[in-house]
Amino acid sequence: MDWYPLWNSLRIAAISCILVFFTGILAAYYASRLPKAVKGLLDVVLTLPLVLPPTVCGYFLLVLFGVKRPLGRWLAQYGIQFVMTWYGGILAAAVVAFPLMYRTARGAFESFDETLAYSAMTLGLSNTYIFWRIRMPACRQGILAGTVLAFARALGEYGATSMLIGYTPGRTATISTTVYQLWRTNDTAGAFRWVLVNLAISTVVLLAVNLLEDRQKRTVKK
Amino acid sequence: MSLVVDIRKKLGSFTLQASFETQGGILGLLGASGCGKSMTLKCIAGIEKPDRGHIELDGTVLFDAKKGINLAPQQRRVGYLFQNYALFPNMTVRQNILCGLHREKDTSVREKRLWEILQLMQLEGLEQHRPHQLSGGQAQRTALARILVNEPRLLMLDEPFSALDSHLREKLQMELRNLLKEYGHDVLMVTHSRDEAYHMCGQLAVMHDGRVLTQQDTRKLFADPHSVPAAILTGCKNIAPARKIGTYEVEVPEWGIRLRTHQPVEEGLKAVGIRAHAFRPEEPQNAAEVQWAGEMEEPFEWIMEFRFRSQSPETGTIWRRFSKNSRTEKAPVRLGVAPEQVLLLYEA
Repeated sequence: MDWYPLWNSLRIAAISCILVFFTGILAAYYASRLPKAVKGLLDVVLTLPLVLPPTVCGYFLLVLFGVKRPLGRWLAQYGIQFVMTWYGGILAAAVVAFPLMYRTARGAFESFDETLAYSAMTLGLSNTYIFWRIRMPACRQGILAGTVLAFARALGEYGATSMLIGYTPGRTATISTTVYQLWRTNDTAGAFRWVLVNLAISTVVLLAVNLLEDRQKRTVKK
Repeated sequence: MSLVVDIRKKLGSFTLQASFETQGGILGLLGASGCGKSMTLKCIAGIEKPDRGHIELDGTVLFDAKKGINLAPQQRRVGYLFQNYALFPNMTVRQNILCGLHREKDTSVREKRLWEILQLMQLEGLEQHRPHQLSGGQAQRTALARILVNEPRLLMLDEPFSALDSHLREKLQMELRNLLKEYGHDVLMVTHSRDEAYHMCGQLAVMHDGRVLTQQDTRKLFADPHSVPAAILTGCKNIAPARKIGTYEVEVPEWGIRLRTHQPVEEGLKAVGIRAHAFRPEEPQNAAEVQWAGEMEEPFEWIMEFRFRSQSPETGTIWRRFSKNSRTEKAPVRLGVAPEQVLLLYEA
């Protein structure tokens, strides 16, 4: 059995998850401090990939990064091409997973008790310290939940991925595109094997989350 | 050591217009909720920005709209004790207090100062506790320790006792007052409780509707509140519109009586106030016939509700408060008020 799709899926999910972790938190932090009207508009734009069909996201990505499009052509000069490459999968997965991180993190930031930040400021603590050592730990549950959701979503991404990078065995194949390809070519047993792999990964991720939550509850109770 | 505040800030239909200065000791900002007390503290701390004005602490300008000066909260060195104490929930008592010592780079000095303040605040043995494991009093002392080791030039307390059970409140007021005496810096304390204000503050600035009405010694303010909002905030229960009819005499139409006063009545009189404990059956001055309207027992006092005979029944009752041992079988039919006890209230 060729394990390439597993390796490819994991690296795409991991890298896009890291990207989304930082961009989602930054976007959420600044959005939670914006005036209401601007926030509403920004919210629509940033959440759109969540409600659009993934194929529509893939369409937009092709329109932007297609090799014959201005942006795609410009990037191609530097040897960067998102279409039909494995790292194009990172872009597709990140775009689709971003709203999950953004929304859960924003919810956590909005329920944060601002007086904690205020008192830290009057003590002379720097804004960077306040963000990483006070705000983030206080919001860690929401942020953790967002990260896991984003990772799971990125791992299972199919629509935008298949539009942007297609399916090339050993080059752009991911678990989800492989399952579809094997099924389509009547390799039911092969498809089933990858279904099992996917189930195993998802179970491990969810178990890990439950473990983390339990441990957190125990330290809080102690 | 002094704080000078003269600021203006518009928030929707509400305008904050606060100006006062401290003269050492504890200054209380006394006002009903929503009058702008906490907003004033936030402006001084640099968390909120006033539209106009000037804030100066010990000769350092913290904010000046005209000169475009607006120091960051980090640069102001103003200690701020929040109503909920704002302890960092992810840190232990020790880590919380060390946050206040972050400017001290020498580890051994830091440890020494940490232990000093833990002792002073009776927090020994609690270093490894997290905020949610502390009682209200312990949380308050931890928050205060965190602020004091930071060596602020001004200490601001926002309703410091509102999160505590009532039986703890007075005990902690006593503790905190003694501690602040030793602290020696200016303290600005926000409260809506007249008891708290009386216990803790040498001076009071009365705030009403975003404005500072008056700033006075606490005792003087309670003796002569001078305006209706100040009378209410200092706990005066009986207030009625009044007009001047002589240099030492006023008429109160709602109660249907005239009252002799100790102070000369000035122009612009709006109302009179009589504290509930000022009515006495044996007082010959300003005596009038009264009609019993109800009573309520308190742990150590009685409250009697009554109306003057000359008062129309649809107007509100008047409150009288008296000690249990002076209670008679039959309710008194005449009550008098010493002229010194008639509070003259003017336009705020």
